[in-house]
Amino acid sequence: MTQDNAFISFRNVNKYFGKFQAINDISMDIEHGEFFSLLGPSGCGKTTLLRMLAGFESVSSGEIYIDGQPMSGVPPHHRPINMVFQNYAIFPHLNVRDNIAYGLRKQKLPRAKRNDMVDEMLELIKLPEYGDHKATQLSGGQRQRIALARALILKPKVLLLDEPLGALDKQLREQMQLELRALQKTVGITFVFVTHDQEEALTLSDRIAVMSAGRDLQIDSPTGLYENPVNREVASFIGTMNFFDATVTSVKGDTAMIKVDGLGEVSAPARTVPLLAGNTVSVAIRPEKFSLTDEKPDNAQFTINGQLNNAAYLGERSHYYVSIEGVSQPVAVSAQNRDRATKVEGQNRPVWLSWDSAAIVVLKDV
Amino acid sequence: MSSGSYIKRPNRPLQFYAILFLIVLYVPVLFLPLFSFNDSIYVRFPLTGFTFQWYIELLDRDQVWASLMNSIKVGVTTSIIATSFGVLAAKAITRYRIPGRGPVVGFIMLPLVVPGIIFGVALLVLISRLGIPLSLYTVTVGHIIVCLPFAIATMIPRFEGFNKSVEEASADLGENAWWTFWRVTFPMMFPGILASLLLTFTVSFDEFIMAFFLSGTDATLPMYIWGQLRFPQAFPSILALASVILLVSFILVFLGQWINRGAQSDSIESNTKT
Amino acid sequence: MSVEPAIAASSSLAPLPKTGRFSMMLQRYEALRAYTLLSPTLLIMALGILIPFGILIVMSFWTQAGFGFDLTPTIANYEQAADRPIYGALLKRSLWMSSAATIATVLLCYPMAYFVAFHVHRNKMMWIVLMTLPFWTSYLLRVFAWKVVLGYEGVINSALMSLGLVNAPLEVLLYSQTAVIITLAHAWAAFAILPMYVSLEKIDKSLLEAATDLGDGPVMRFLRITLPLSLPGVIAATLLIFIPTTGDYITPALLGGPDGMMIGNLIQKQFGAINNWPMGATLAIILMLLIATISLGFMFVTNFVRRRIS
Repeated sequence: MTQDNAFISFRNVNKYFGKFQAINDISMDIEHGEFFSLLGPSGCGKTTLLRMLAGFESVSSGEIYIDGQPMSGVPPHHRPINMVFQNYAIFPHLNVRDNIAYGLRKQKLPRAKRNDMVDEMLELIKLPEYGDHKATQLSGGQRQRIALARALILKPKVLLLDEPLGALDKQLREQMQLELRALQKTVGITFVFVTHDQEEALTLSDRIAVMSAGRDLQIDSPTGLYENPVNREVASFIGTMNFFDATVTSVKGDTAMIKVDGLGEVSAPARTVPLLAGNTVSVAIRPEKFSLTDEKPDNAQFTINGQLNNAAYLGERSHYYVSIEGVSQPVAVSAQNRDRATKVEGQNRPVWLSWDSAAIVVLKDV
Repeated sequence: MSSGSYIKRPNRPLQFYAILFLIVLYVPVLFLPLFSFNDSIYVRFPLTGFTFQWYIELLDRDQVWASLMNSIKVGVTTSIIATSFGVLAAKAITRYRIPGRGPVVGFIMLPLVVPGIIFGVALLVLISRLGIPLSLYTVTVGHIIVCLPFAIATMIPRFEGFNKSVEEASADLGENAWWTFWRVTFPMMFPGILASLLLTFTVSFDEFIMAFFLSGTDATLPMYIWGQLRFPQAFPSILALASVILLVSFILVFLGQWINRGAQSDSIESNTKT
Repeated sequence: MSVEPAIAASSSLAPLPKTGRFSMMLQRYEALRAYTLLSPTLLIMALGILIPFGILIVMSFWTQAGFGFDLTPTIANYEQAADRPIYGALLKRSLWMSSAATIATVLLCYPMAYFVAFHVHRNKMMWIVLMTLPFWTSYLLRVFAWKVVLGYEGVINSALMSLGLVNAPLEVLLYSQTAVIITLAHAWAAFAILPMYVSLEKIDKSLLEAATDLGDGPVMRFLRITLPLSLPGVIAATLLIFIPTTGDYITPALLGGPDGMMIGNLIQKQFGAINNWPMGATLAIILMLLIATISLGFMFVTNFVRRRIS
């Protein structure tokens, strides 16, 4: 992904607030028409990055390019970008129609044309009756849609969304997530989406940039992030993860033999991380990649004995916690309750854990 | 036992004190109108009779009208200029991270705290060294300096309760600072601006110290009153005049506070409703 | 992930509108934007505060020569102020009177602020407005009102006489230091109530509930929690009343008589009848320095005491 192909580019961007460094040497590219998310915990800098893209924060050093043009010194109202704010920022003194049509003033369109465009938008966001309502009378979900319409009516090349679904309750949020995704595909513009909710990011995005303390840790598709995290931080941020201390015993071609504390010797694909014999590494395995059985299974690649401590029943799946000799923390195992037969009952009894080498992710940081 | 209600139990002595306090606060001032309707040159008890004559007599005095006009002219100019500058200053103070904000704000608020005489004297010295003659213009300048802190202090709470992202949204949607101000900031600010106009006008209208030092031949109303205090026959008429001024000031200030308060809860409400 | 046909049309932007160089600088430097907005205010304040004060200081080193000034710098004025006892005496008296007024106001207004903060549950705003409304009206008129009330044939005296409580009017009421102190306290009450109210209002009620839970009665609660936590407001109120009242001249002029004259009157006369502007400037500077020193000293002491307590 070079600068030429990318629609939005960050090049060595830094941002300081006084002495505090909020953004630390970030370079990334966002492509035309993709749904790109910035994901991370509070304070990681994702909103700051978004605001720098919009022009509300200045760049301390480095450069931001939109379609090849550098943006430093360009104020927000000259950028080809529109933003949906976290609290929607609806103008309280205007009604819904005027809110949506706000940005059209500069285009000096005839009133009929303007009204048509607003009507179109109201249809798109499914609020056709609400045109004359005062904006402050609407609910959070409705205001969010108005904020969207207000931005989309200007046909921007890029839409920025700053945690727009945060204030909504769970059901409404999930519904809006689907609508947003569909909308993005229909309208076809680039979405840059900020969230701290990893499930949301995984659901909506084409690619996600995981951020922490002002740095981007990994930029990848949802699958890539989930299956091949580059380090412990990313691995534990997305979903739950079991970590085991381990040492590499030997490497042959694509496969590495690793001795894992408590689990014994396993083989793992030496993926993107170059491994050498003697390296201390972390082995990471997702809870759902384990199988849990009462009896020792016949055809498992790797298996080990353990003690079932606790089970938590979650309806469609159960979470189990198995303590293994030599492993400091209980291993979390997640299994679907496909039928009564596969559900493992009880506590404090011996069980068998099994997995195969495809489940193993080797991380160099410990 | 609910300790919450225990603490909030009505305290009778304290309530009594509060009422007494308010009475003592207002009563001395209320004597002015009381005696302005009294049919006697002497301001003393017992009251002799009810009359409007002192008020009617005021209408005849040209000086009263002249100084009234002067006060209005100065007041309107002061309130407009002080409020305009104050809006910009309030915005700068509340929105931006400025190096040295504390000292700058303290500096601007100085006229509220430093004895008026020092300002009056200092300005008088400056103006006379510059060779500028004393007039209503110099009084206006003095008033602007005194009223600016009031304007800024009135509008800062409004700006702080104001949702910054609304202005950013306007910029994001294509409007530059000028248009954003007129289409978004000003309409939302209007109640605060109105309150500031009313308040600064009243402060200027009632202001005496700056007027004392900086006025030339044209007197403002307070200056006129000060001059009249030497003549005991004029006392009741002055009482009448003072009562009128008090009433007007009360109304204007009350209006200003009322407008400001109503609108503030409005903007907060609109931003927290989900 | 395919690129939708909808956006294939133009992947290059229309040229950006021209952004002027000053606008670009404004965009980059937030502080610059802020100060641009502040500039008219700052300009006026500089004009109204810094420059006049500067000239005042300079003038204090001149001497009056007829209708003009002798510009040769000299500390003669300051020497005179130090030597002649009247200046020192007047300054001392002014400080004493304004301190008395300050203490009286703070003590009397604290219960009121407490009342509104803790015992008013609805319409707090209305009470605040009620308490501060008089302050917005003409200071001159309020002092005038007290003149009416305290006068020889004024309200109190004539009421007392007509009720038969006294035979002759009380002379001590008007034209005395007491009159000035009472009037100052009354006139500046609002300045005391507001900061103390804000301070008291901010106190977390759950602290008091915790104290009750741990065994404190109402008096102890007040002494150990409410009072210390409201101290910042009390300090602010003290300064807010002391500083302006030391320089007051309207009140002493109308009500003080020779006994109640304050330094403000003398300063005003220097610019009026006495016509010795440099001396007036000197006295004003001395007054300012005194106020500044006392205030700083006061804040220092209270800070010290506070830290010792906690």
